Amino acid sequence: MAKVMMYARFERFWHWSQAALIITMLVTGFNIHGSISLMSFEQAIDIHTLCAWTLIGLWVFAWFWHITTGEWRQYIPSTPERILAMVRYYAFGIFQGKSHPFHKDRSHKHNPLQRLAYLGLHILIGPAIWISGLFYLFFGDLKALGLDGLSLEVVAITHTAAAFLMLVFLIAHLYLALTMSDKFGAYVKAMITGYEEVDE
Amino acid sequence: MRRFSIVCWGVALVTLTSWLPAGLWAATGDGKSTADHSKFEQLQQTFQSGPEVTAACLECHTEAASQLHKTSHWTWAFENPVTGQTLGKKNVINNFCVATATNWPRCTSCHIGYGWKDETFDLTSEKNVDCLVCHDTTTTYKKFPVGAGHPNYEPKEWPPKSGKIRQPPDLTKIAQSVGKPSRDTCGACHFYGGGGNGVKHGHLDSSMHKPTRETDVHMDAAGLNFTCQTCHTTGGNEISGSRYVTKASDNRGVVIPGQADQNRASCESCHSNTPHAEAANPKLNQHTDKIACVTCHVPEFARGGRKTKMWWDWSSAGKKDEQGKPLLINDEDGYPIYDFKKGDFKWEANVVPTYRWFDGDVRYTLLSDTIDDTAVVPINSVKGSYADPNSRIWPFKVMRGRQPYDKQQKILAVPHLFGKDEDAYWKSFDWGKAVTAGLAARGYEFSGDLGFVETEYYWPVTHMVAPKENTLGCDDCHSRNGRLAGVEGFYMPGRDRFEWIDMIGWLLVVGTFGGVSLHGLARIFTARKGG
Repeated sequence: MAKVMMYARFERFWHWSQAALIITMLVTGFNIHGSISLMSFEQAIDIHTLCAWTLIGLWVFAWFWHITTGEWRQYIPSTPERILAMVRYYAFGIFQGKSHPFHKDRSHKHNPLQRLAYLGLHILIGPAIWISGLFYLFFGDLKALGLDGLSLEVVAITHTAAAFLMLVFLIAHLYLALTMSDKFGAYVKAMITGYEEVDE
Repeated sequence: MRRFSIVCWGVALVTLTSWLPAGLWAATGDGKSTADHSKFEQLQQTFQSGPEVTAACLECHTEAASQLHKTSHWTWAFENPVTGQTLGKKNVINNFCVATATNWPRCTSCHIGYGWKDETFDLTSEKNVDCLVCHDTTTTYKKFPVGAGHPNYEPKEWPPKSGKIRQPPDLTKIAQSVGKPSRDTCGACHFYGGGGNGVKHGHLDSSMHKPTRETDVHMDAAGLNFTCQTCHTTGGNEISGSRYVTKASDNRGVVIPGQADQNRASCESCHSNTPHAEAANPKLNQHTDKIACVTCHVPEFARGGRKTKMWWDWSSAGKKDEQGKPLLINDEDGYPIYDFKKGDFKWEANVVPTYRWFDGDVRYTLLSDTIDDTAVVPINSVKGSYADPNSRIWPFKVMRGRQPYDKQQKILAVPHLFGKDEDAYWKSFDWGKAVTAGLAARGYEFSGDLGFVETEYYWPVTHMVAPKENTLGCDDCHSRNGRLAGVEGFYMPGRDRFEWIDMIGWLLVVGTFGGVSLHGLARIFTARKGG
């Protein structure tokens, strides 16, 4: 076992600030939606909008960081065989005491399922939620952009559906991140300190 | 670019005017006159009657009467250019005292003329124009309630059998101190329409003579102190801003000198379509394409401490008390809730308006229209929809009641209420006679089959604009059962949701949570077994 610098400082900052923003937006979003009522509609909108702009800013930096460092390659999907191996492990192998089919190192820090999940998060759920969110925010100005055919219903359905998917992602991610390490919470610690113990 | 310059103008205007002392507003509103009417030769006489005063006025103001003759203030008739309907007090039917026909002397105490006591009134007569009712500055000129537009020229008792004597107004003094109309002169009729204080509008009542800032931020007597014509701009005795053709949306931008249309009878004509400051929530300015200003800025009407009439049931009129005397019942605040002459009333203060899509198109149910007596009959109905770019969500006072109708012909009845003749309802309390006479005056024959039908009447709420700290907030509408719960045709965040999306969504969430929980439990179980 050796300690490896797995997550760069920016990456950790990105992860936790993104986590805080997304959780805040889930709470305020479902408050706006009327599913919960922790605060007023107006307060929820104000916080939600502020978080949205912050998250968009953060995304710009994240894209820049991923492109310039080449870290975007971490999200290239693996071969179907490797993905299937991960699925088989989670479905059966893990209960039979079999070892993890993926070996983690600095240049391959995501297992094939993670690659797929994070790629989906960043190019499907994320954009669906923030594009529909921007349409929501600027709905009154859509006419000036020639988009007046777009109804608020479509915007609302997309935004709400994507929000549910985000919540589903969060639950699965929390489960896996908290419990899949050899020691409970080791991945969380790694995401805070940046260092992770890996097999040599 | 144009929009930007309009915004600049708006900001400049608001910034400039907000620094003006209130007194200056009042001064510009009143307009210093260059004439002292008490020095006019024509007015150095003892006037015996209103028309005598008018004759003196017309010696200098040569066009005043002929100009007035063209206005609906005079004609009580109005051709609606949008709907083609012939409206005006002469023609419409309402659910207050129903109609003017045969009740002239009582109704025309609010006509800007003298002597409209029956159908023969000469609408071309110049001397019968009442200049003083609008131009009195002494607040002492008052038309006698049953004088067909005349004040009383001799001391007279009013109300009847009250023992109170009304002194005649000093016409000479009043004529010598005429000036521009004020809240008091306009209010003399418009605050008391429907036969009493605050009866009709609900946003115009006696509290508007000297309103507080809370009641009306613009007319605030201690603040901006607007007069009616500050917004209802005038010219040649024509006054802008009519309820018959409401401007539901105004896209002209801020009205500035040089523009052809100087009508300021809309919020937007001073405040523009983007009235909220940069510092305010940017979403507010995005609401103006769908929400009328007054929807948020007049949170309730009848806010001046006066109640407004909300219900008038004619069907219960005519009752007597145990002693056989005509029945009169007042509520604890002194408002009549039963009057043997008129039936049951309901009054309310601080009323939350009813909200509807509105494009300015109002259609009245006229005497010539067949009604559906199985439902509530609309006295008027307002048009508008989400899809229409000229519609806005507007606040309304909805006046409801029950009133007589002809069951055979299915038309609203015109009752002859006022008069000393046996046909008058307030004389003999016989609906058959009253409706026969009323309908006959409008050229209809009563079938003899009388019924009472429930009606509703939509009144757009435009006055009693609240200070900004008292306007509606987001949550008033953006909530499950908010103020716009009944306004349809669009998706509103916080109010609406697609139940199927929520169902699938929560199933996925719960499913995922259950799935990972089971997965975790199974791992613990198999690990123990294995380990």
